Amino acid sequence: MDRDDMNGIDGTEERDRHFIELDRVEKVFDVRKKTGFLRSERREVRAVDSISFTVARGEMVGYIGPNGAGKSTTIKMLTGILTPSGGRVRVAGIDPSRERTRLAHRIGVVFGQRTTLWWDLPLIDSYRLMHRMYRIPDARYRENLDRCVELLELGDLLDVPVRQLSLGQRMRGDIAAALLHDPEVLYLDEPTIGLDVISKAKVREFLRDLNTERGTTVLLTTHDLQDIEQVCRRVMVIDHGRLMYDGPIAGLHEVGDSERTLVVDLERELPPIEAAPARVVKVEGPRQWLAFPASESAAPLVARVAAEYPLVDLSVREPDIEAVIATMYAEQADRARRAGEAEEAVS
Amino acid sequence: MAETEQVNETRATPGSHSSHGSRSPQEAYGEDLWPGPYGPYSRLRDGLRAYRMIAAMWIRSTMAYRASFAMTAFGNFAATSFDFLTILLMFSQVDELGGYSLPEVAFLYGVVGVAFGLTDLVIGSMDRLGSRVRDGTLDTLLVRPAPVLAQVAADKFALRRLGRIAQGLFVLGYAVAVLDIAWTPLKVLMVPMMVLSGAMIFGAVFVAGGAFQFVAQDASEVQNSFTYGGGTLLQYPPSIFAKELVRGVTFVVPLAFVNWVPALYVLGRPYPLDLPTWVAFTPPLVGAGCCVLAGLVWRAGLRSYRSTGS
Repeated sequence: MDRDDMNGIDGTEERDRHFIELDRVEKVFDVRKKTGFLRSERREVRAVDSISFTVARGEMVGYIGPNGAGKSTTIKMLTGILTPSGGRVRVAGIDPSRERTRLAHRIGVVFGQRTTLWWDLPLIDSYRLMHRMYRIPDARYRENLDRCVELLELGDLLDVPVRQLSLGQRMRGDIAAALLHDPEVLYLDEPTIGLDVISKAKVREFLRDLNTERGTTVLLTTHDLQDIEQVCRRVMVIDHGRLMYDGPIAGLHEVGDSERTLVVDLERELPPIEAAPARVVKVEGPRQWLAFPASESAAPLVARVAAEYPLVDLSVREPDIEAVIATMYAEQADRARRAGEAEEAVS
Repeated sequence: MAETEQVNETRATPGSHSSHGSRSPQEAYGEDLWPGPYGPYSRLRDGLRAYRMIAAMWIRSTMAYRASFAMTAFGNFAATSFDFLTILLMFSQVDELGGYSLPEVAFLYGVVGVAFGLTDLVIGSMDRLGSRVRDGTLDTLLVRPAPVLAQVAADKFALRRLGRIAQGLFVLGYAVAVLDIAWTPLKVLMVPMMVLSGAMIFGAVFVAGGAFQFVAQDASEVQNSFTYGGGTLLQYPPSIFAKELVRGVTFVVPLAFVNWVPALYVLGRPYPLDLPTWVAFTPPLVGAGCCVLAGLVWRAGLRSYRSTGS
């Protein structure tokens, strides 16, 4: 890429490639459980267990995993809210926990379930506060605000008190608030949670534009696999505080060995459809459910079913994230064992 | 289309040599606008600045409900007035309380009222910290480029709390007007001194109490017992309380320095404990010491929160 040609001479390229860097980062919590009136038991919980990864400047990365997997803890360490118990964290060359306020100028954070907007005041007032608190030069502020207003369709909402906004409108408002100071990294914690389909689509489209036009690095945690598929090129899966997978989204399905489901509505009740490698997993009157490997295209299967059976309607269902991770968890352990055996064989 | 081009153009300004267009803030804002070194002085300045901005936002928020503001401000005034009414009622039955006349008790009451009112106005919402920790909204403050203490202190800033200060000033004014003592310039100066150092001492208790809520999130009532409870205690002369209690608020939680110690000098009365006279002039030092201690406790609390996240 020409980016390399331009920056290869000095250390910029190296710095950009390690824009976000975690090296064997750990976070251990002491959880106290009450066992009596004043007595309690201490237990160590490894919320994040030796995680290492790097994110290059301008990447869009999805960070997924079940509840309590350590996603939020990682984000909190990356934003300087929490101090790691071990390992090394760097964001834009800054140690987040040591220089929290310096880092704050360079990152934007959106907490999906906690708004940072002022409830009783018109939306624009929250932005004016950001303008002054982050010391954003007037021209930049205006330019960034205009841009966000246009792309996030906030024009009619600026003078509306935040409490009167819908969830989707408020989320768009929150995203704009996080971007007025030109952050180089944008963290989003569940940005589409509770949003309707249209709002979700708007948010995703905006994030893609932001990344292509401004080169903003985006790291988002989500429960919604579609967020990742439509926004990120790279996905990281975390479970039990460990990084289970780091790579392109397509690979996730392969590794996870997951299956998609084709739901077929036939004209009448028929015996189970035969279309290997797909297999019928459920029949309910004229409706049948066919499972097929997620890594394969649905097109040939659909064509075959349509040609051979009296088809009324069909739809494809994506595997749900929890299932993907669950199978992957087993798979990963299995692979680690095999890798160990292979290594032994080599030596 | 034109819009996009414009964006690209501005991005090609000098200083943005990175091919991605994202500059570091130094490049984007210029050296003089960048907050610069993060020493204690600039932290204090940043804190005050953030405090001002957030307090202004809260004032605007409450002004969205003007009628409600007027009513709560009056309510604040009235509620605290009832407080003094209790004392008046007592004096309708007795001529003195623990050996103190009504103007003298009013003097004690007024000093505490104004000092506590000032603290309540400036950092009155520290007791909300525990709930902010519980619901996770504290995290949204930690990602802002401003000291957390300033942001928490300015939380829910409410001008209606002026009602309490106004009531305290009324009582204090009455006391000063009717007190039968020989006012020397020193004694006159001691009145504002007491109010200001008293506000500092209460402030330290508020901040330390807030810091305690990092560890125990449901401790707001413990904090209130020290702040509001302490405030009520000081409205009465020390002679009506047990010596142990007086010792406690003199040497352990030095609330006695808000009014008892200096005010008894002004009133020309002996302090129930054996203290040298010069101690009456130490409240500013005690206040400053308390603030330093509270600052350290706050830092420890915040550090503990950031390492435990709970």
